[in-house]
Parts: sequence; C-alpha cells; structure tokens
Amino acid sequence: MKLNWAVIGPAAAAGCGLALAGILPSVVETFVLVDLTAYIVMSILALSLALVWGYGGILCFGQSAFFGLGGYAYVIGLINLGDSTIPVALGIVVPMIFAALLGYFLFYGRVGDIYLGVITLSVSLILYNLINSGAQFKIGSAAIGGNNGIPGVPPINFPGVPSSQLSYEGSFQLSLAALVIIYVALHFLLASNFGRVVVAIRSNELRTELLGYDARLYKLVTFVVGAAIAGLAGVLFANWGSFIGPTVFSIFFSAQIIIWVMVGGLGTLLGAVAGASIIQAVTTWLGSNKIADPNIILGIIFIVFVLLVPKGIQPRLADWLRSLSAWRGSSGKLT
Amino acid sequence: MSLDVTRRSVLRIGTGAIAAVASLGPRLGLAESGDKIRIGTIQDLSSFLQPFGTQKKRCLDLAVDEINASGGLLGRQVELITYDSQSNDQLYAQFATQLALRDKVAVVHGGLQSSAREVIRPIFHRTNTLFFYNTPYEGGVCDRNCFCTGTTPGQLLENLLPYMIKKYGKTIYVLAADYNFGQLSEKWTRKIASENGAKVVASEFFPLDVAQFGPTISKIQAAKPAFIINTFVGPAHASFYGQWSAAGMKNEIPIASQTFGEGGEILRMPPEVAEGITVCYNYLDEIDTASNKVFLQRMRTKFGSDFGYIGDLGVNEYQGLLLWAEAVKKAGTLDREAVIKALESGISIVGPSGDVSLDPVTHHCIFNMYLAVAGKDRKFIIQEKFEKVRPTNPNGVCDLIKRPETNVQFQPEAL
Amino acid sequence: MDFFAVVVIQVVYAIATLALISIGLAIIYGMMRVINFAHGEFLMLGGYATVIPTHAGINLWFSMLVIAPVTIGLFGVVVERLIVRRLYGRVIETMLATWGLSLLIIGLVSWIIGYYQEGAAPPLGSILIGSYHVSTYTFFVILATSVIVVGVYVFFKFTPHGLIAQGTMQNDRMAAALGVNVHKVYAVTFGLGAALSGLAGAILAPMFGVMPIIGITYITKAFIVVVSGGSLVIGGTASASVLFGTISQIVTFATTPIVGEVALLVAAVLLLRLLPQGITGRFFRRGL
Repeated sequence: MKLNWAVIGPAAAAGCGLALAGILPSVVETFVLVDLTAYIVMSILALSLALVWGYGGILCFGQSAFFGLGGYAYVIGLINLGDSTIPVALGIVVPMIFAALLGYFLFYGRVGDIYLGVITLSVSLILYNLINSGAQFKIGSAAIGGNNGIPGVPPINFPGVPSSQLSYEGSFQLSLAALVIIYVALHFLLASNFGRVVVAIRSNELRTELLGYDARLYKLVTFVVGAAIAGLAGVLFANWGSFIGPTVFSIFFSAQIIIWVMVGGLGTLLGAVAGASIIQAVTTWLGSNKIADPNIILGIIFIVFVLLVPKGIQPRLADWLRSLSAWRGSSGKLT
Repeated sequence: MSLDVTRRSVLRIGTGAIAAVASLGPRLGLAESGDKIRIGTIQDLSSFLQPFGTQKKRCLDLAVDEINASGGLLGRQVELITYDSQSNDQLYAQFATQLALRDKVAVVHGGLQSSAREVIRPIFHRTNTLFFYNTPYEGGVCDRNCFCTGTTPGQLLENLLPYMIKKYGKTIYVLAADYNFGQLSEKWTRKIASENGAKVVASEFFPLDVAQFGPTISKIQAAKPAFIINTFVGPAHASFYGQWSAAGMKNEIPIASQTFGEGGEILRMPPEVAEGITVCYNYLDEIDTASNKVFLQRMRTKFGSDFGYIGDLGVNEYQGLLLWAEAVKKAGTLDREAVIKALESGISIVGPSGDVSLDPVTHHCIFNMYLAVAGKDRKFIIQEKFEKVRPTNPNGVCDLIKRPETNVQFQPEAL
Repeated sequence: MDFFAVVVIQVVYAIATLALISIGLAIIYGMMRVINFAHGEFLMLGGYATVIPTHAGINLWFSMLVIAPVTIGLFGVVVERLIVRRLYGRVIETMLATWGLSLLIIGLVSWIIGYYQEGAAPPLGSILIGSYHVSTYTFFVILATSVIVVGVYVFFKFTPHGLIAQGTMQNDRMAAALGVNVHKVYAVTFGLGAALSGLAGAILAPMFGVMPIIGITYITKAFIVVVSGGSLVIGGTASASVLFGTISQIVTFATTPIVGEVALLVAAVLLLRLLPQGITGRFFRRGL
C-alpha cells in the first residue's frame, strides 16, 4: 500500500498541533503556555522567512520590518478603534502594501541575492531610526512612543465584542491554530503550480523565465505573502506581550530570524518552526539559569551545530529517519 | 506499517515537547523553598546592558544578605530569584510572567530601560505582583502597584542646571541620545533653563549607537554656548569625550551630564579626558558619610576590592529593597495591600545616599541629590548637597492617594 | 570660510573611517565570498589589543600598529583553519558559523576582560583652523587609511603573493593545478583581512573607545559599504565609502545625526536599486 506522504505528513502535523491546542491548556500551567505562545509567534515569523528565502530564494534581511509594521499597525489601530477586528486586518494588510511597494521597487529593478539582503536590512534600520525618534508623534490618538514602544495593549477580543478579550489560554490556542493553518496553507501553496514555479525560480531564474514565467511577478507575490504572514506574527506578538517596540526593527532581531531558519534547515517549513522554537527555548532557559554568559553558550551551540548538522535540523532528522527506514527494508518509503 | 513514522509528526511533537520541557527547566538555587520569602528580580546580566544590570544585581544580593544576616524578614529568610533578560524586552515579558504566575514572588525589583519597564509594569499590575523600578528614568509613572526609587529629570536638572547657569553662563547646547529619556530631558532642560533666565541655543539627538561626533563638535564651536549638557548612553560617552578632548575642546566649553558615571565611566576613562564633567545624582561612591562607608566596606568584603564603580543605578536597587523590607516590617505581613499602605504611610530609611523616604502621592522617592565634578584622579569631587529633593509631578497630575486607580505613564505635555 | 574647511575635513574623515572599518571585510568577502559576521568582533578585539597593552605601559603606537594587527591576524588564521575552512562555498553555513563566533567572542570578552568601556586618550593634540579646533588625530586616521588602502592595492596588484591570491580567488582549481597551495592562500588572505580589521579597530579605539559590544556598531556600516561597493575589493570599498561618507556627513551637518544616519541608509537602498550589482558591478570594472 502506497501512502501519499505529501498529504499525510502535513495532515498529521496539523492534527498534532490542533490536539496540542486543545489539550495543553488543561494539562500545563499558564506560565508555560505564555512561553509557548511566544515560541509559536516566532515560529510563524520564521515560516514567513522560510517561504520567502527557503523556497523563494529571496534573502530578505528585513523580514522583521513586516513583523514590526504589522505589530504597530495593529496596536495603533486598536488604540484608536477599541475593537480588535479591523486592527488585526490592518496588521496584515499594511505590511502587504509595504511589501508590494518595496517588492516592486526591488524585483522589477532586478535586484537580487546579497544586494537585496542589504536593501531589506537598510529598510528595517530606517524604520528603527524613524520610530525611535518619533516618541511624541501621534497617529490618531496613539502616540508612537519612541524607544519605549507602545505598552499596555489590550488583548484581541471576539469580533464585535470589545469586552470579551482573550485570556492567556485563549491567546495560546489562537496562535497555535494560526500556526497550524498557515503551515498547512503554505504546504499546499508550495505544492501547487504557483509554488513549483517559485521553487523553479529559486533554482534557476533564467531558465524559468525562458520557459515563459515572469519571475519578477512570482517573486513579488511570494514576498507579499511572506509579509502578510510576518505581519500576522506581529499582531499575535503584540497580543502576546501587550506591547510593541522599535527593537523589533533592529539588526539583532533581523539576524535572529535568519538564524532560526538556517538552524531549522533552509528550504523546509517545519524546520523553521523547530529552529525558532528551540533557539527561543534555549535562550529563555539560559536566562533562568546562570551557567555562563548566554552569548558564550549560544555561540558555541551555533558553531558546533554548523559543523555537525550543516543542513539544519529538519534535513538532518529526515536523513536519519530515511536511513532508518532503508535499514528496515522495503515497507514504507519516505519521500 | 505501524513503525513507519511520519518524520513531520515526529518533528512536530518533538518540537513541542522540547519547548515545553525546556521552559519548565530547573532554576538556579531552588530545590525546596521551605519557609523562605521569595522575591524576584529581572536584570540585564548579558549583552548591551550588562554593566548596569550586573551592578544592580550585586547591590540586591548585598541587601538580601544583610536582611538575612540580621534575622530575615518576619522571622523568615529571604530568597532572591534572578532572571537574566539579556537586554531583550521580549524576555522581560516572559520572565515577568514567570515571576508572577509560577514563582509567585512577594515583590519584584528590577528593570533597566524604560521600554522594559513599560513591558512588565502592566503584567505586574494585572497579576497584583508588587513592583519596584529602581532606575533613574524620564518620570511620569503613576501606578499604585509600582514604586519608582530612581531620580526623575526634574530632581536632577532642577539642581544641576541652575548651578551650571550661575557658574558658566546662560546659553546651553543640549546633546541627547535619541530615545524617550533623552527627548524628555531635553524638554525639561528647556523649561528649567527659561525659568532661570537661560536659553537652549541648540539641541542635537543622536542614534543610540553612533560614535561619530565630528560634525557636532564643529557645530558646537560655531554656536559658542556657555556650557553643554548631555544625556548619552553607553558607547557614546567614551566616544564623545575622547573626540572632544582630542579636538582640544576640553578647556574651552564646560560639560554637564545626566548620565556620565553611571556606567563606571569615571574609573575607565582617562582622567585627562573626563576631568571637569559636572553631574548630579542621588548617590555617588564618593559620598563621605558613615552609612556610605559601611556600605562600601560591605561591598568590598562581598565582591572583592575590585568591584568597579557602583553608582546610583546599583544603590537605587539596594535602597529600593530596604524600603520594601521596612514596609513589610511595619505592615507585619507580606500581603500586597498591607505593604502598599505601609509604603504610603511616609516610610523612610537611611541608605548609602542618606535619608530616603517615599512620597505617598507619587510613589517616588524624596532624597538627597549630590552635585559633583569629575576630578583628576578618577574620582568625583562633591561640590554641593541638596536635601529632601522631591520628585517631579507637574501640575500634580499624579495623585495615587486621591486617585488610586491611576495606571499610566504621564507624558509631560505641559513641557 | 574656515567652517567650510572643517566640513571638508569631517567629510574626508568620515569617508576614511568607513573605508577603514570595511577593508578587512571587503578582502574576505571579495576574495573568498565569505560573509564574516564576526567582522565587528575582529575590530573590537583590535581595539582591546591596543588599549590593554597601553594601560600596561606599552607605547600606544606600538600597541596600535604592531600588536593589534599581528595578534588579530593570527587569530584570524586560527579561525580560518578551525571553522571557515570547512565551510568554503557554503554561504549559509558560513553566515551561521561566523554569527556564532561573533556571539562567542562577545561573551568571552565580556566574561574575561569585563564589560566596562575602556578608553585611551587620543594622542597628538589639536590644531586650529580659523577659530575651530580640530583633532590632529583626525588627520592621522585619514593618512593611515590612505596608506592601508594603497598598501592593499599594491599587495594584490604587484606582489607575487597578491597575484597568486587573486588567481586563486578567480579559479582555485586552476591555481591548484598550477601548484599553488590553495588552503594556505585562503588562510593567509583571511588572516590578512582579520589583521586589517584588527588594525582598523586599533586605530579607531582612541576615538570610539572599546567595549565588548562595540562590534555591532561597526558591522552594519561595514556590511552596507562592502556590498554596495560591489565585487571589487579596493574600487568597491573606496567608491562606496566616498559616496556614503559624503552624504551622511553633509546631511548631518545640515540637520541632525539621526537624519544623517537615515540618509546613509536611504542612499544605500537607492544605490543598490540603481546599480543592482553594486558600484563596481557597473563602474571601474577592470581593476581591483
């Protein structure tokens, strides 16, 4: 019996995710859920870069810009409007618009590769400087807050009912559900014709164009979709921490996202989730336990990791599982 | 078929399990809490803000040791649970939630940057965890659950600026780091300057990490102010003073600073560069009182003679913890409501900086301010002492006795 | 009129500083296509290698011009052999490894040396231009940078080692077939890039101070300059430094340092859009 792993794999993952969403809140303590929610939100952000970079081949060093724009758009909208439904949409749409403009500027100018990385990094840093300086600047009734950011953000509420706000458990479930949905959606997007063209462009742009596809348009759409996901992550982040601040635009955070995707395995989806979650968990753990300077530990982990697990977590695990099943014989082939 | 696992589900569950287990991970120094009083702190003990966080943590450690050595609090020993936020606001949020929901501590002392404070203050307010913010900042916090023991700009500038104006002249050039503390201090400077018949001729704001001051130094020379006042943070100090004295400007225009010395700069920077900078703080290591000598002696004993410069960032934590301990003793219980009432009852202690008392209306401190000038031998020379300096509260907007439900950081629109 | 002279001097100084902090990264990236995220830390270590011996009594100039580049150069060779060598051709892995190295160095320096900011007074005093004081050290920095840039050019263009290095960069298999020890060339080139970074950090230490995290200040600008410059080492670094240095300083003089900073970033964005292969992708193509 041949099993279609391409469908079962993601379905199983989605199923596990939803099961966890349902079960965990009653099994583990609230503060664990709070930490997990943070990891989940960062995983969504990592997925956005996994799409854009891992599959699209676009080295975007400024994915944090869309994350931050999504967060700020959501928060400013929420402070002005009071009900979170429209602000959530704003948090997704504003980064998309920004990405469409920036993407048009970049892809239709045939900028690629590391040069694109520098431009996107610069864009993120420009936003950082602007927001940092604009403490008293107001949009509607919301002051941008400058370096302090905008704290005290109320949680997402049930659409139309501003008073029914998400609890910690609710935020956890909503974020995890979002992660599962996005993961499944990306999986199907990448398996579709559109996805295949995107991957083809990443492997050889010239060849794909010669086959008749407009690479610029495909990259632009990928970029915008990635920005939407990053924006949603920003919204969920602002909901999780009840704050948004300009440090999300800093080079340090921009590099973090790249690191997560690299550790998880460039060119994978679940790998990005694993990379983000594990690094976040390790960083949190290091902060709670004073063994040594966290930078030393993290540095050593990364270096050793690269030397031992160069392709990233998921490819390595996949190789290992593949070798296991090959050893077992002919039953069940992992693709 | 039964053993053929989907690699993806393995990864999925594995990821969740690892993350869950890791976040439950063991914490330092807590096997069995027994009958100890647990208090918490979140400090930046690594990365950018490490110098500041480390001194604060040391002072807290010393305070806890002293409390325990003299019999503890309410007959029980005090235990300090520490989290290293690694100069990262997201970790502040995570650890604040842990302290509130898992560790269930009686009080949290901590926070350095205002952005971090504003992240955790609502968390502690929501979870009814008493919170002390012991760092000089831009002022305005008005929250019944929060007590701020650091200086506010008014307390500093209202004493520093008139001194400089009287001594050097009426035209001022402001150099500020471009973030809330710097921006608000600049506004305060303008206000106090005009109240004293002086004028800010120009203000320049710098990115937090820039180190290139050439154009600014030229512009200052063009403007010829009577003196300069700055609110640099971190790397900018050494860069600016180094370039300033390299340009031979050190003896041309005097400098005052709201932040110089708080990172131990007096010990590290060459004296020929630092000499003459005027500052005004609640605490300086050079304070010549009996209580400070005892404090320094204890620090030396605990941390070795080479513990660097302590400064007011560290001592604020020490004084903050002593204030809380005093209130607990007065209330006779750890119950938050009772402790808040005790804190609001006009409580005071004698700290290394002298008398420190809590203002019930603003939940900020009334204490001494010392004005000093950096000398030739890596020490500050104290020039003046101001007593019982009240915290800033423009138009009395913050009144936690009359309006205890206030929970906000006031932005000084009046400025 | 003298203010104008001061502006010109500051602009040239800014150009020199940008070139100085970028040249090491440019060599490593340009020659070996290695994105060295630990570049800022080489600069930082160069600063410490100057300040610490100076505090111990050794002459400042000796520390700066001899001790710093030599020790950091050797350190670079060690890094190359232990880590980078295994990762040639694998850009992603190199990025991750050098990022890890950067964190490790910051952590170790914070732990061993301490996290306070160290300083050394800038030497050479000041001169008067009209009624403006200008630090004489500014001129030293400009001079030193010029010497270094010219020296690198001469090295690669006219010395046997340099030519072999260029050849290896262009086609390492052919070079190996011709009897060149490719590994050694890479190690020496990486070491050279590291040594120049160390020297840069050393020269700038009196002006900026050193602290464990100061590398981050440098890496962003260096990265932008090197990539915007394009594929040529000297031509790219020089032209990008001139462009960005001029723009950011003029804007800073006219407005504020923040706007100057933003202007530099905007200039980078616009430049790369107009010249998607960097400056030397289009201009000065033949050359180094």
